Amino acid sequence: MAKIIIPTPLRKFTNNQATLETNAHTVLEAIRELTIKYPDLKNQIIDKNGDIRKFIKIYLDDTNIKTLDQDKTEVSAGSVVSIIPAIAGGNIT
Amino acid sequence: MDTQFSKAELERYSRHLIIPEFNIEGQRKLKESKVLVVGSGGLGSPLLLYLTAAGVGTIGIVDFDTVDESNLQRQVLFTVDDIGKSKSKTAAQKLKRLNPHVEFHVYDTQLTSENALEIIRDYDVIADGTDNFPTRYLVNDACVILGKPNVYASIFRFEGQVSVFNHLLPDGSRGPNYRDLFPEPPPPGLVPSCAEGGVLGVLPGIIGSLQANEVIKIVTCIGEPLTGRLFLFDAFSFETRTVNITKDPDTKEITKLIDYAEFCGLNNLSQKTEENMVKEITVQELASLKENGSDYQLIDVREPYERQIASIEGELVPLAQIMSFVDNIARDKKVIIYCRSGSRSAQAVLQLEKQNGFDNLYNLKGGILAWANEIDPTVAKY
Repeated sequence: MAKIIIPTPLRKFTNNQATLETNAHTVLEAIRELTIKYPDLKNQIIDKNGDIRKFIKIYLDDTNIKTLDQDKTEVSAGSVVSIIPAIAGGNIT
Repeated sequence: MDTQFSKAELERYSRHLIIPEFNIEGQRKLKESKVLVVGSGGLGSPLLLYLTAAGVGTIGIVDFDTVDESNLQRQVLFTVDDIGKSKSKTAAQKLKRLNPHVEFHVYDTQLTSENALEIIRDYDVIADGTDNFPTRYLVNDACVILGKPNVYASIFRFEGQVSVFNHLLPDGSRGPNYRDLFPEPPPPGLVPSCAEGGVLGVLPGIIGSLQANEVIKIVTCIGEPLTGRLFLFDAFSFETRTVNITKDPDTKEITKLIDYAEFCGLNNLSQKTEENMVKEITVQELASLKENGSDYQLIDVREPYERQIASIEGELVPLAQIMSFVDNIARDKKVIIYCRSGSRSAQAVLQLEKQNGFDNLYNLKGGILAWANEIDPTVAKY
């Protein structure tokens, strides 16, 4: 099992789950699995072209998947997939 | 001639001077350094306190804001006596009392594309403790253009991030900058930029102190600065992670400052026009409807936890659920929709008009904040 870490701003879309487990073999599979389970999360992470949004980075352990094999990056048991968004402060509109 | 220290300074800094790796050389570098702190709020408070106490020679403080009661939960530089006063000026006055050997430069103004290069140019290290995306990109770009290290920290609810951007590396090149990590900010309407907020009071204390630590390390050239790495802290789970940041070949070269509000989608003209098209009702008009016992429906599109702080009644239907509430919205009388400041409720009106053809919906202009300011001062503002 690999672990997916959900950042604070996105936890409202995962019933406040901070971490989730996955048997996915690639990052793409893991994200797909996640957005099927939590459909409202999809629009937050993926843009209309199907790409990861530019204010979000996906990491496998301590490495940006962009410098690995992008969304085909392999996930193995014990890996940690982190979704890291840009945050700017706690102000509200 | 080397920078000299008075007896008072030697005694004050003695706990630095007796660390072998730091010693008087480190203290001298601190005294000779000029550090600019952008934002004197949650992150800026601990950052400024520690940089001042540590003996940075010159500290610039940029903040155009005034102290508000809701700041005191985390902005530990300020007290109740400071409410309504300029943050940058008040901060400098207090910090001067903490360490009279430090010189302060106050910029009681908003950092903009027009003044950023001029202000930042005079400093060796910039510490970004702001609370919004336009200023973060502005600080980043100005630092890249001027070749200054940008010590970055950011917080949201329980979560903090720290990094050192654009740091001069031993090979003479510059380390990654903010745009290598996040090329673009979240568009308005997507989390975490809209209607979501809050920060655990102690979190900026933790993260701002780490930021001060990185500033001191860079200035004194000791230790390993957090360049090419992003530190993440989750106060909720007490998980910490450090991930690598590399220069992104797709990052466009930064050659000039731009309109950052527009870059962050905040000047979106079409969106503004749409919002202006929504029918509005003022808080005075709502007050007289209430007083006259008129028949109308009032809907609050905030979150339940906001309702606990302040309420002017009405049915509570958070914005995200408004479309599943359509069947309960009247079509034969005035329906007034409100939120905290009027932005989310305008979105609700727009969605309902567009998708369900309502023509009897009114956005409460200025939201519950306007109600608290103009009608009922007993309602708490947040």
